[in-house]
Amino acid sequence: MQVPATFGYELAPDLAGALALLARHGPDARPIAGGHSLLPMMKLRLAEPTVLVDINGLTELGGITVDGDAIRFGAMVRHAEVLDSAVVAEHLPILRDAERVIADPLVRNRGTVGGSLCQADPSEDLSAAFSALGATVVITSRDGERTVPVREFHRGPYETAVAHDELVTAVRVPIRPATGSAYEKVERRTGDWAVAAAGAVVSLDGHTVVRAGIGLAAVGAEHFVAAEAEEALRGAPATAESFAEAGRIAAEHCRPTADQRGPVDYKRHLVGVLVARTCHRAAARARGEV
Amino acid sequence: MSAGLEGVRPPEEWIRAAVDTPRGYGAMKRKEDARFVRGRGNYVDDVVLPGMLHGAVLRSPLAHARIVAVDTSAAEAHPKVRAVITGEALAGLGLSWMPTLSQDTEAVLATDKVRFQGQEVAFVVADDHYAARDALDLIDVEYEPLDPVVDATRALDEDAPVVRDDQDGRTTNHIFDWSSGDRAATDAVFAQAQARDDERVVTADILYPRVHPAPLETCGAVADMDPVTGKLTLWTTTQAPHAHRTLYAMVAGLPEHKIRVVSPDIGGGFGNKVGIYPGYVCAIVGSILTGAPVKWVEDRSENLMSTSFARDYHMRGEAAVTADGRLRAVRVHVLADHGAFNATAQPTAFPAGFFGVFTGSYDLEAAHCAVTGVYTNKAPGGVAYACSFRITEAVYLVERLVDVVAHDLGMDPAELRMRNLLRSDQFPYRSPTGWEYDSGDYPHTLQVALDKAGYDDLRREQADLRRRREAGEDVPLRGIGLAFFTEAVGAGPRRSMDILGLGMADGAELRVHPTGKAVLRVSCQSQGQGHETTFAQLVAAELGISPDDVDVVHGDTDQTPFGLGTYGSRSTPVSGAATAIVARKVRERARIVAAAMMEANPEDLEWSDGSWQVKGVAGASRTIAEIALAAHSNLELPDGVEGHLDATCVYNPPNLTYPCGAYVCVVDVDPGTGAVTVRRFVAVDDCGVRINPMIVEGQIHGGLADGIGMALMEAIAFDLDGNCLGGSFMDYLVPTALECPSWELGETVTPSPHHPVGAKGVGESATVGSPPAVVNAVIDALAPHGVRHADMPLTPAAVWSAMQGRPLRTDLAIR
Ligand SMILES: Cc1cc2nc3c(=O)[nH]c(=O)nc-3n(C[C@H](O)[C@H](O)[C@H](O)COP(=O)(O)OP(=O)(O)OC[C@H]3O[C@@H](n4cnc5c(N)ncnc54)[C@H](O)[C@@H]3O)c2cc1C
Repeated sequence: MQVPATFGYELAPDLAGALALLARHGPDARPIAGGHSLLPMMKLRLAEPTVLVDINGLTELGGITVDGDAIRFGAMVRHAEVLDSAVVAEHLPILRDAERVIADPLVRNRGTVGGSLCQADPSEDLSAAFSALGATVVITSRDGERTVPVREFHRGPYETAVAHDELVTAVRVPIRPATGSAYEKVERRTGDWAVAAAGAVVSLDGHTVVRAGIGLAAVGAEHFVAAEAEEALRGAPATAESFAEAGRIAAEHCRPTADQRGPVDYKRHLVGVLVARTCHRAAARARGEV
Repeated sequence: MSAGLEGVRPPEEWIRAAVDTPRGYGAMKRKEDARFVRGRGNYVDDVVLPGMLHGAVLRSPLAHARIVAVDTSAAEAHPKVRAVITGEALAGLGLSWMPTLSQDTEAVLATDKVRFQGQEVAFVVADDHYAARDALDLIDVEYEPLDPVVDATRALDEDAPVVRDDQDGRTTNHIFDWSSGDRAATDAVFAQAQARDDERVVTADILYPRVHPAPLETCGAVADMDPVTGKLTLWTTTQAPHAHRTLYAMVAGLPEHKIRVVSPDIGGGFGNKVGIYPGYVCAIVGSILTGAPVKWVEDRSENLMSTSFARDYHMRGEAAVTADGRLRAVRVHVLADHGAFNATAQPTAFPAGFFGVFTGSYDLEAAHCAVTGVYTNKAPGGVAYACSFRITEAVYLVERLVDVVAHDLGMDPAELRMRNLLRSDQFPYRSPTGWEYDSGDYPHTLQVALDKAGYDDLRREQADLRRRREAGEDVPLRGIGLAFFTEAVGAGPRRSMDILGLGMADGAELRVHPTGKAVLRVSCQSQGQGHETTFAQLVAAELGISPDDVDVVHGDTDQTPFGLGTYGSRSTPVSGAATAIVARKVRERARIVAAAMMEANPEDLEWSDGSWQVKGVAGASRTIAEIALAAHSNLELPDGVEGHLDATCVYNPPNLTYPCGAYVCVVDVDPGTGAVTVRRFVAVDDCGVRINPMIVEGQIHGGLADGIGMALMEAIAFDLDGNCLGGSFMDYLVPTALECPSWELGETVTPSPHHPVGAKGVGESATVGSPPAVVNAVIDALAPHGVRHADMPLTPAAVWSAMQGRPLRTDLAIR
């Protein structure tokens, strides 16, 4: 059995309490949500926080709610809730697609939306999906709330815009008309992290793409997005050729590294295939075809 | 039954198995499962003794480095630490090195060098597991890094660093050369095939990468050296408790009667728990030094990185064939990567295990193989993971090679196999490499599998899909793969098979209590095979009682007779035979008592319907329960009976048993991503007589899943610094239910002529037979892309790279 180093534990009563505890225990304390990223790192002694501040009791961080023309995800919403949500199924199929291939039911029952974003693992599927969606992250400190576009949230592998005494409290996703979305991941086995994954959000005006969001996971794409491919799609006809071209551009601009999941040329190839497929499916969904 | 399920019934046989206990053979729920499903198993890590301390191993982060200094002072100063043991300390006791099961030596704790990443360097004993782990960080080891030997194909290069410079005069990494078969005769057939227009030579380079058995329960031990009695009790994860006891006695100089090895419930072995690991020895030394029991249980990464791996065979296979598809000869050269210490577990005379069975199921004129073993800076072990002593490698080689032949000749692989399979009238069959196959009807078994799979329809569907793809439709690449395997299990005849001089026989003792309930004690050990059920059924069938009335005791050397244990699918062939024979001995004793009871002549009795009957006298019969009570009563006992029915036996198998099987796998490959989906798997096994068909099928299910794992995702690769790239379950992937189709099983039954009940082993059959079926299916799917071979594991990246004509080397880091 792998065992972590010694650490202290505090159960936060509410948001204000959690923020106070984080401030009191300083930069070596960590909030713990689902624990499915943090605890393995502690057991491997890659992380040795002095104190864990447990935020699982913070009911104010729960819930998936429609809030005007946006959908709000509380930071403590579990993967499983996203997967089961009717609101998500209706408006944000990219998230349902992604959740189906994130880890396994045990991890999904505990792992959270906030934890996924804050972990900032370069392979995190939700980071790619929220980036494609152009989401906004709500960060709370004792001084109040601030919002950061998700595309500015990640500062690099395992680094985010959140300071040690702050918490992510919610993620807001805009609902756009005539828009469809999709996500696809290639993995070596169910529950494995992505070899490569892509998510697309496509808004149509008739036959023309008026806006495209393309997220990429596990291939070294800056801020998890394929900005050049998005740009190329704007105003383009929603055809297989355009989507293949977007895939080609995304493949060219991402920066995958070789590991046991595959060599660089393969990962680039996958980006091309997956971007084209997800754009195609997103457009079909925007047209109400699937 | 809930309303929604009305009308849905499980198969009749399962219902019966759940309700009735068969008198002897037949489907029956496993007796041991009652405790497992209630969480009442007792594994090594469940053992808690008063005053028990906890051990942890410090491991090398480097693959190859000289040890300059080890400073343990800070660890020793930790308030909860009771002892810190180093290689130097062990050297003082003469225990820093230990013999391996292959006449080599292996470091217990490193003294001079570390030779693989994860090698044991020091051992800490502390009050609790947490403190022991904390103290590891307080040990300061100064290393001087050395160039590692990682690529096995470079291990014999002139300038390769020498891994084993501890051995006097050693200047290379060469361990052994071993060959089998008639080289001259084989070369002659190949020369002809090369020269003639209507024959050819087909060659393929085939890697069976390093994989790991990865049992869910990792290895561990609780050592309790009683300072008063001097008796060592060792609870440990071992598949061979008796062999371990004898080895501890020989190596550590402890008197053998003062050692008790207990292998309690074991959560999977697959060969991983055959050897003796440094951690066990350290736990024993820790207990001796502290006078308290010491528990050591490794974690997942330690298990994957340091304990017995399997395979790692780089093979070149050649087949001499006629243009119309007759296999004439097979020639193989193998480079075997044994890691840093030659610690494979196998019969002494077989350094490449039973690889000599590589001629498989085919009628060849000649065959020859040559195997060269080398040292590298990788974990030692080998011959683990349900491999039947390297038959996994042998079957993979020949079944892959036959498919390459089919590809090159443009023949259907089923037809090619059917043409060349041994015929039933050739049994018993002596193979060109000297193995005597006991029985089988191979063409029949293959035909049953082809029919069950609907082979011709599958080929038609495949052709249709290929046409549609060519016409531009977005349909998957369909592949159909076959494998026909011959296994050789149940090692083995004492005259030719031993491990470190211990003959590979197994013992059984059977006691019948006065009320007719029986206790069987066997030398083999179950790691999930269901021995407590199967062996009870064997006894029950021989004595005419219920399996519920037979208790099977195993895994405790103080309570069971000597024998070599469970691996290589040997339990039923060897211990099962011992069980049947010991039960027959009991029955013969019972005959004498029954004769006395009925005042008849023993010769006038016949065993019929579960009791001894006086021939021709209706109603004159006695059951075992009646006889057992009489044997312990005041009945006047005739000569030859002492007042009980108990018996013992040691079974020395006259030959191995040779199970076989025909497997058909159907896959789809996504041409865009290279991802493989296994659609169907048909497995027709012939393991002779099936004692408990349900358990047999369970064993096959597990082995088929193993095969999908190895074929598609499992491998331990190393980067050029010797870092292990498969050291966790995030990196070393084992299949889940979602990667497995609903298995379609079938059977043929050809009893073994020399086994007392006609049974053959089955534990490893599916692990041996399934990898080539899956790989052959994937390669078949890729045929339109000109792919002829690609190495396991066929991950999406490996498949795609093969389609690009740039197959991956799966033993090294992907670059
Ligand atoms: C076996 C396994 C397989 C997995 N496979 C995948 C996969 O395929 N794809 C994928 O995307 N993910 C995968 N994951 C990761 C999974 O999604 C995690 O649950 C998720 O990454 C982290 O969520 P969590 O709630 O468990 O975070 P935790 O582990 O609790 O925390 C992660 C980090 O975020 C910080 N944190 C958590 N919540 C907040 C907050 N509200 N504000 C500020 N900081 C916070 C913590 O301090 C910590 O540093 C896998 C995990 C496992 C164990």
